[in-house]
Amino acid sequence: MQELIRRYGISLSVIMAAMTAFWLLALVVIPNLVLFKFSFRLYLPVDQLGGPNDVYTLKNYFTFFNSPIHINVFFLTILYSSMVTIICLIITYPLAYILAKVLKPTDTATFFLVLLIPLWVSEILRSFAWFIILSMQGPLNAILTGIGLIDKPIRWISGFQSVVIGLVYAYILFMLFPIYNAIQALDTNQIEASQDLGASTWRTHWRVIIPHAKPGIASGCVMVFMLCAGSVVVPTTLASTNSRWFTEIIQQWMFEGLDWNVGSAYAFLLLALCILFVSLVMRVLNVRLVDIAK
Amino acid sequence: MNSQTFAKITMRVYLALFLAYMLLPLAIMGGAGLNNTRFPSVYPWVGITDRWFIDLWNDQRMWGSVRNTTWVALAVVFISVPIGTAAAILLNSVKPKVRSFLYGFMVAPILTPGAVIGISTLLFWNSFGVSAGLYLSVLGQVSFVAAYVMLLVLARLQSFDPGLEEAALDLGASHGQVIRRILVPHLYPAIGAGAIIAFFQSVENFNVTLFTRGNSDTLTVYVGSKIRSGITPTINALALLLIVVTIICAFTYEVLRRRAEKRAAALVAAED
Repeated sequence: MQELIRRYGISLSVIMAAMTAFWLLALVVIPNLVLFKFSFRLYLPVDQLGGPNDVYTLKNYFTFFNSPIHINVFFLTILYSSMVTIICLIITYPLAYILAKVLKPTDTATFFLVLLIPLWVSEILRSFAWFIILSMQGPLNAILTGIGLIDKPIRWISGFQSVVIGLVYAYILFMLFPIYNAIQALDTNQIEASQDLGASTWRTHWRVIIPHAKPGIASGCVMVFMLCAGSVVVPTTLASTNSRWFTEIIQQWMFEGLDWNVGSAYAFLLLALCILFVSLVMRVLNVRLVDIAK
Repeated sequence: MNSQTFAKITMRVYLALFLAYMLLPLAIMGGAGLNNTRFPSVYPWVGITDRWFIDLWNDQRMWGSVRNTTWVALAVVFISVPIGTAAAILLNSVKPKVRSFLYGFMVAPILTPGAVIGISTLLFWNSFGVSAGLYLSVLGQVSFVAAYVMLLVLARLQSFDPGLEEAALDLGASHGQVIRRILVPHLYPAIGAGAIIAFFQSVENFNVTLFTRGNSDTLTVYVGSKIRSGITPTINALALLLIVVTIICAFTYEVLRRRAEKRAAALVAAED
């Protein structure tokens, strides 16, 4: 802080500190504390506010723990988000390696330039694209029946399969970029040394490249899992009646039930899940927060 | 064929497949905006029509949502870029312990689900009597967009030589001059990139906006409600337009970035 004042003077330092404080306090920390507080209060008519019923209680959380359906949806959301995360990791790791170490840098640059298009098209349109592709009369069924692979059209948009397809498509680039960055920073000499010393391709990956790519892998996994678990758009577009997502239940409380207190308890559970996942990844892969958020 | 060429071909095929996977769905979605069928599809192909574009043009609600989106995005840029820049400069000149503490709070919004940000913003401002509306969407979006700007500026600060500021101060520059003439010019590329990313993040945002918007529409909310209420190819026409705009913006951004890089490289070469 003294360093800041010495360089930029007292008034400019105060302005910068005030802007940062406004951001961190008014937009990040206190709103989340308010959310937390709200989740322990009851939804009451105005005339009962401040009355004997206006107390702190765990009732909103009991609403969740007493509902087998909601618990089920919560765990299915975790399950399928983890599945999407793993699928993205498996698809992008070889890709990131090829882009970082095999392809010529100019070719890689062109490749990424093209990828800017799907990255910058909003996720709602990206899931809508899959809604068209997977629909009964859609192109996928037309091709599959056309080449004789299936006899009659398959109902793709049912259960969680279409949600998983849509989520992978929507968030896979958030896995690719951090892993690419991590592998790209690895000195190619290390890979060559490993090969010269007789290590097999698998061993080189396992002992040299993957350990180096760990921060990127951690970053990608955290981002993809969080985006999946918190996704509103993809499940509403691609889910069917037998596949519900936890965010849809939060929406129900907020918009249909109009019970913001229960809604905030559910939102807090989602937040807690993401915090838990971040710390788990940091522990398992032994990386710091600075490595994850880059 | 030896194993090395086989490996090379496999890799090329894999790259090509991935590109096709990323681009074909967008092509199909955009293409359906031109097809003359009631339900958006590219198969069977009936014939090219412009009627979905005309329908879109006549949709007043769409124009309203475009206006709202533009205002929200501009507001987000004008608030989050100064905040993110100030936060990065601040972070760069505090003790390591304070730094990692603050850093944790600053990147937290990036790792928080949009729905949680939206709801917490709504509840917080509601307790001051501010009801839902697009200005809450702006504040909610700023909370995580500022983090992206902060990270970009922070990365750029790594290549900044603080000795330049010392020299300027020693030569009698005022504190304001140090910021205006030395620090900010060095940060321009990061600030510019931050502004573009902030704008796009805001335009694309759905989750935060959904919970904070009140009754107002933004473009993504409009698309979302259209998809739910009954699908016509007008959404595909809109998607096609947005993809074209995206392509133009992405390429302009890339050309500008490369030019700046080239200029920086030339500058370094000249200094040597």
